[in-house]
Amino acid sequence: MNTNLNISNSEYNDLISKKAEKSPILKNIFFAFIIGGLICMLGQFIFDQMLNLNIDKEKAGTITSISLIFIGAFLTAINLYSRLGKIAGAGSTIPITGFSNSVVSPAIEFKSEGYILGIGANMFKIAGPVLVYGITTSVILGFIYYIFNYII
Amino acid sequence: MDIFLEYGKVFLTGGIICTIGQILIDKTKITPARILTLFVTLGVILGFLGLYEPIYNFGKCGASVPISGFGYSLYKGTVKAISEQGFIGIFTGGVSATAGGIAAAVVFGFLASLFAKPTIK
Amino acid sequence: MKIGKQTFKIECKPCIYSTSSIVGPKEMQGPLANYFDLHIKDVFFDEKTFEKSESKMLESCINNLLVKSGITEHDVDVIFSGDLLNQCISSGFAIRSFDTPFLGLYGACSTFCEGMLLSSLLLESNCVKQVVAAASSHFCSAERQFRMPLEHGNQKSPTAQATVTASGAALITRREIADNGIHITHVTPGKIIDLGVTDMSNMGAAMAPAVFSTVSNHLNDTGRDINYYDAIITGDLGIHGTDMLIQLFKKEGIDISKKHKDCGILIYDEKKQDVNCGGSGCGCVASVFSSYFFNELKAKNINKILLVATGALMSPLSSSQGESIPGIAHAIAIENEV
Repeated sequence: MNTNLNISNSEYNDLISKKAEKSPILKNIFFAFIIGGLICMLGQFIFDQMLNLNIDKEKAGTITSISLIFIGAFLTAINLYSRLGKIAGAGSTIPITGFSNSVVSPAIEFKSEGYILGIGANMFKIAGPVLVYGITTSVILGFIYYIFNYII
Repeated sequence: MDIFLEYGKVFLTGGIICTIGQILIDKTKITPARILTLFVTLGVILGFLGLYEPIYNFGKCGASVPISGFGYSLYKGTVKAISEQGFIGIFTGGVSATAGGIAAAVVFGFLASLFAKPTIK
Repeated sequence: MKIGKQTFKIECKPCIYSTSSIVGPKEMQGPLANYFDLHIKDVFFDEKTFEKSESKMLESCINNLLVKSGITEHDVDVIFSGDLLNQCISSGFAIRSFDTPFLGLYGACSTFCEGMLLSSLLLESNCVKQVVAAASSHFCSAERQFRMPLEHGNQKSPTAQATVTASGAALITRREIADNGIHITHVTPGKIIDLGVTDMSNMGAAMAPAVFSTVSNHLNDTGRDINYYDAIITGDLGIHGTDMLIQLFKKEGIDISKKHKDCGILIYDEKKQDVNCGGSGCGCVASVFSSYFFNELKAKNINKILLVATGALMSPLSSSQGESIPGIAHAIAIENEV
């Protein structure tokens, strides 16, 4: 690369990080904290209602997850979750509703490529790694747990 | 007053977990897909190390609703299935415990895609 | 004729006879709304997919150009066109309906200038008489290809730019066919400059060094001073990229800030329109030049401009593989006959 630039790559990248506008981190943290906390409280509310109906803890947990996933999917479908995400950042990404959003949003987007290769193939475009690494890690650590508790 | 304290703990725990994610996003330019993956894996590992249980006991849904709680469920399910079924439980436990959530995401995702159209913000 | 290191003097001085622009709804809310020829009311433009919408937009833009110029598709010798989508499908499908030879280009957001540059060189050879250069981009189709689904909830980095939904086209003719006094006198094709920027949401900074390289080589080759031009117009550096360009020139003791304009900044109102650092995309420079700047040239409010379209030559694939972002900038000197 023959250029007339009198600046090295590292000098230029330093200049960028000095000049680039930073994310408003305090504001982002504030909204992430509040909205993340609120979504968890909503989950707790659903969970407590299930317990009041004499449903056992395990089932109540599953119903809570399914309800939150439904809410996330619904808000995604009516184009509200993307707006929420702009304000809340990680506060709406990390709760299970965000997992739902990352499954539903590519499904809606790739409908134009058909039911099989569009929706079917792209639904886990963003959330796929969550299952891959979550399941793989749990199997590996489960295997270690098994060896320590049942073999040795 | 108890109920306020309980919900306060839920709010605090959930809020802090999301805040950690937000700091990682803003400081390291890590993408949301990576954040989700990182947190679910951390949930499994912390579960294995016995560190997620105290967080869950303190924060209840504040610890189970974030995606790290999904990882914790995967691990807890694996351990439970091992105690019931032995070796095969290593493979069946995790997904069985989280099957409801995964199936719900797939079905609602499919249904939503039938009715919704992408639009701009 | 080649002069200096990388500039070509176009002796026949081809004429930019007319231009045409079409933009999306968001661009119509911006400060340049009154300058655009056509606009679409919603991002689908009555089509089923965003890709089809973009093609239809480009097709309408070229049709409008032909009507405005009072010619038919058969009068055009060749159409140069490009866009951001894989295999340039927006252009291919848009120009399918024209009975005109088509040469597809990919120069990312620099495509419009690349097309005008090649048009000038082809006209210089006297093989062709009338050539169309066009380019388009669409926010929704670009988001799909380069970023996250539209419904996904996430925050954009403060240095990110929004892809402009727009197409622009220009009819460039040999002067003996048609002349309005607006001529292309020099073209400087750019070299690929890569200073190792890897952040996909900071394209402006990745492309600024390419602008510096092309503009300073152009000035050296032509022996011109920066003050020769009324304006140096870049494609889509955005606010942050513009700042970086000013810094690069400042290091050489040149103040470019008074002459410099950026289409990505002009097209939106950054305070009201939630676009972070401004607009980007092939359609950005294409539509802003074809509307606002062409208007200003015709009105003789500005007479000598250097149009420098900038492109970031990466793909999501190259970024996943950890590659940095190569930048490019092509410059065209456009002057009013006075």
